[in-house]
Amino acid sequence: MLGRLTIEAIPLYSWVAMGGAAVTVAGGLAVFLLITYLRAWKVLWTDWLTSVDHKRIGIMYVVLALVMLVRGFVDALMMRAQQAIALNSEGYLPPEHFEQIFSSHGTIMIFFVAMPFLTGLINIIVPQQIGARDVAFPFLNSVSLWLTAAGAALVLVSLVIGKFSTAGWTGYPPYSGIEYSPGVGVDYWIWALFVSGVGSTLSGINFIVTIVKNRCPGMTYMRMPMFTWTTLCISILIAFAFPALTVVAAQLALDRTLGFHFFTNGDGGNMMMFANLLWIWGHPEVYILILPAFGIFSEVVSTFSRKRLFGYKSLVYATACIALLSFTVWLHHFFTMGSSANVNAVFGIATMIIAVPTGVKIFDWMFTMYRGRIEFHPSMVFTIGFMVTFVIGGVTGVLLALPPADYLMHNSTFLVAHFHNMLIPGALFGYFAGLNYWFPKAFGFKLDAKWGIRSFWFWIVGFYLAFMPLYVLGFMGMSRRMEHYADPNWQPYLIVAFLGAVCVLCGIACIAIQLYVSAKTWGSSRDVTGDPWNGRTLEWATSSPPAEYNFAVLPEVSDIDAFHDMKIKGTAYRAPHQYEDIVMPKKSALGPILGALAFGLGFAMVWYIWWLAALCFALCLVCVGIRASDDNTDYVIPAGEVARQENERLARLTPADMHDMRDFLPRGAASGSVLQGRV
Amino acid sequence: MADTSLASNVLEHEERQSLESREFGFWIYLMTDAVIFALLFATYVVLSQNSAAGPTSKEVFDLRHTAGETVLLLLSSLTFGIATISMVAGKGGRVVQWLFVTLLLGLGFLAMELIEFRGMIQEGAGPDVSGFLSAFFTLVGTHGLHVAFGVIGICVMIGQVLVKGLTLPVRSRLVRLGLFWHFLDIVWIGIFSVVYLPGVM
Amino acid sequence: MDHSAERSLSTYLTGFALAVVLTAIPFGLVWGGLLTGTAAYGVIAVAAVLQVVVHLVFFLHLNLKSTPAENLFFLGFAAVLICIMVGGSLWIMMDLHHRMM
Repeated sequence: MLGRLTIEAIPLYSWVAMGGAAVTVAGGLAVFLLITYLRAWKVLWTDWLTSVDHKRIGIMYVVLALVMLVRGFVDALMMRAQQAIALNSEGYLPPEHFEQIFSSHGTIMIFFVAMPFLTGLINIIVPQQIGARDVAFPFLNSVSLWLTAAGAALVLVSLVIGKFSTAGWTGYPPYSGIEYSPGVGVDYWIWALFVSGVGSTLSGINFIVTIVKNRCPGMTYMRMPMFTWTTLCISILIAFAFPALTVVAAQLALDRTLGFHFFTNGDGGNMMMFANLLWIWGHPEVYILILPAFGIFSEVVSTFSRKRLFGYKSLVYATACIALLSFTVWLHHFFTMGSSANVNAVFGIATMIIAVPTGVKIFDWMFTMYRGRIEFHPSMVFTIGFMVTFVIGGVTGVLLALPPADYLMHNSTFLVAHFHNMLIPGALFGYFAGLNYWFPKAFGFKLDAKWGIRSFWFWIVGFYLAFMPLYVLGFMGMSRRMEHYADPNWQPYLIVAFLGAVCVLCGIACIAIQLYVSAKTWGSSRDVTGDPWNGRTLEWATSSPPAEYNFAVLPEVSDIDAFHDMKIKGTAYRAPHQYEDIVMPKKSALGPILGALAFGLGFAMVWYIWWLAALCFALCLVCVGIRASDDNTDYVIPAGEVARQENERLARLTPADMHDMRDFLPRGAASGSVLQGRV
Repeated sequence: MADTSLASNVLEHEERQSLESREFGFWIYLMTDAVIFALLFATYVVLSQNSAAGPTSKEVFDLRHTAGETVLLLLSSLTFGIATISMVAGKGGRVVQWLFVTLLLGLGFLAMELIEFRGMIQEGAGPDVSGFLSAFFTLVGTHGLHVAFGVIGICVMIGQVLVKGLTLPVRSRLVRLGLFWHFLDIVWIGIFSVVYLPGVM
Repeated sequence: MDHSAERSLSTYLTGFALAVVLTAIPFGLVWGGLLTGTAAYGVIAVAAVLQVVVHLVFFLHLNLKSTPAENLFFLGFAAVLICIMVGGSLWIMMDLHHRMM
């Protein structure tokens, strides 16, 4: 009836694991009680969980990412603590638990922090940047969110019921095969990836169609903001790379569950094929995480340097180049598998070539700052910190791209330092910059800058303290994922790395304080105009937070910096001659229901509860069938209601709120009149 | 009165646009599906010689059976095409007839494939025997699963045409289902060219 | 997709006839044992690629003029990526296979 699920599944084997389970359950209970205490269930369900509004879906993605960031970071802190003390001793973590922690840390950070964070920011901003009222498929968007959440829930549940994988976030066979990992851990890993992977694929398709089909009049491809461009490129990467993850996860699941022989030692399996397929997805995935951050940096650097982005076209081409090249380098993750020199050389050279368009971008950002009026807003500070730190990571990457050097560094802490050096500044700093930059757009008030700057300093100092020692340790011969070690020379470096992790903990605490302080004093930092930073792109043309329909009248664009251009020409903030009815998608409960069914399906497959799996799958099909036969999914907001909301907004605006654009006027224009004309 | 007709105009315009987006989105979905099949093909080619202690491809494939399946699938592509022509001509009854013929051909294909699979498993050539057979069953089975989904889709669409008639959304769904069905036939070309024909040579 | 595209019965029948011929050639070849080795693989491959094109043109109504540019772009992009992924995988795995012999 319950497959292999028994009472043994509760983690009584170590006090640390038990503590983790207790904290997870207590956290869930606390949230449940808080919502009940606030009597917020109804509001939560009708306004948020069932919403198909891209802005709300985006906010929910970011909340998911921040919650999972805390969980993933606790894993990191525990690993650093273990390694700091485990010289010739066992430390405080039993080996099997340590292995679960490094596996879940990687899985969570990639799939349930970075992916939802970037998807959330994209959701909130991209439709507004292209002057659209919503994404192409709002309901599908909600399904994607809930599939991602279902995957995250599977990882969280593994803490309480059963164990997580001990095979690392890449789960290489034969170790992840049923013979060596007979428990449920690897199955949790597979199904979490599978469920969230389907969600990501749907998101990718959704944003390709949104950007290709829903751009407002005048917005040609070469007038799209950089963030939209990077989103388009990564959506294409998602759509074409995630199928590889689906295939490889399905094959491993078939091996484990039905005794197939894709990756087994004997009977004609070929485990090298797993590494090959995994990295066909895995390398593009790196760029899926980093390119949106590049887009955010481009927006931030231009806004806070008060200059047009330098080399827009070169940035577009560099992004497209990186996107295509990212499909041609996957072998560099397994140079040591034993391919011939020719194969390794081809992939090594392709890898080094990627450094060229990336370098182009760094120069473009620097030239944007050159002679600009730089304002050290937290998002700008994160951007500058990224530029300096990312170059170091890039250089170590080019080093690792040399197959002979890679043979020495493979699986050492040098590699760990390298990819954290790419992903923390390259992805996470970008998302934090985006959080600080776009927060007022999502919520209508600004984040506290002081705590933002503090979080930056803790993050960057913590980063250097935590990972520079790992480069050194890699050269000293330390492998990654060691539960204990015998070389006393390593310990000082590992202690420094632990202090770095503590420093990052302070950085996370600063972000929490920043959110708390800003929410508490929100009345004094409200964003009345919808344009708090004198921004340049269309998302600043809407109110903060935007009306459900974003734009009462779809804007017409004639420049790359569309809103900047409108402000100079004086066409911004003008009421149109007449408003029209607006069609918006209805909310739907099927999104969260499908997410719950996907969770049930994954959980049932992990524990071999076949009847539940079949039931959940059949119900999924029924839900899809219901939705596919529903021709009545939209509703109309009458023009009168639109006019009421817009007039209310315009009435609140005073000339003092608006940015003085006289400096940007073409020479000889009568500046005063233009400024008046705008008001 | 004027207000409601205006609202329905806006809705219809929006609907048209949204259906266009759906067809484009479906096209991209088909491309991602093509990548899934491509990687299953790659896996098959890598593992096709690894029959371990189990039977080789020569011993388990029957080309006459494959030819039969190919004929059914190819014919079903033609009949779906005729259903599409009837749809453009606005003949709902014809559409249902030809969809029904397509449905029978699809079911026939599935029956043949299941017979083939059952025969192989009974002869001791199941997917858990060797890497070659795992890859074979996964590749051909995934295609079969898609055909099964297509069959369900055809049933749903027959129902929609009968209940709703050839409305704009129904037509759009039929066009998308048609794309899916023709796409599966293209994958089948790959299967007999990569799996069955080289397998018996 | 363009709904008003030319979709006559003759298009489908032409496509069907071509597909039948392009299926019969490789089947007949293997059945009758007319060719072996590389030549046989070559004919099978060419017939398969041609038949895929026939399906795309006559059944999916792909047309360089009337099909939207973005649909063609994604088809082309998918084709390039499939070549990279499949070609790369086979190259890597065959190379490894030879080195393990």
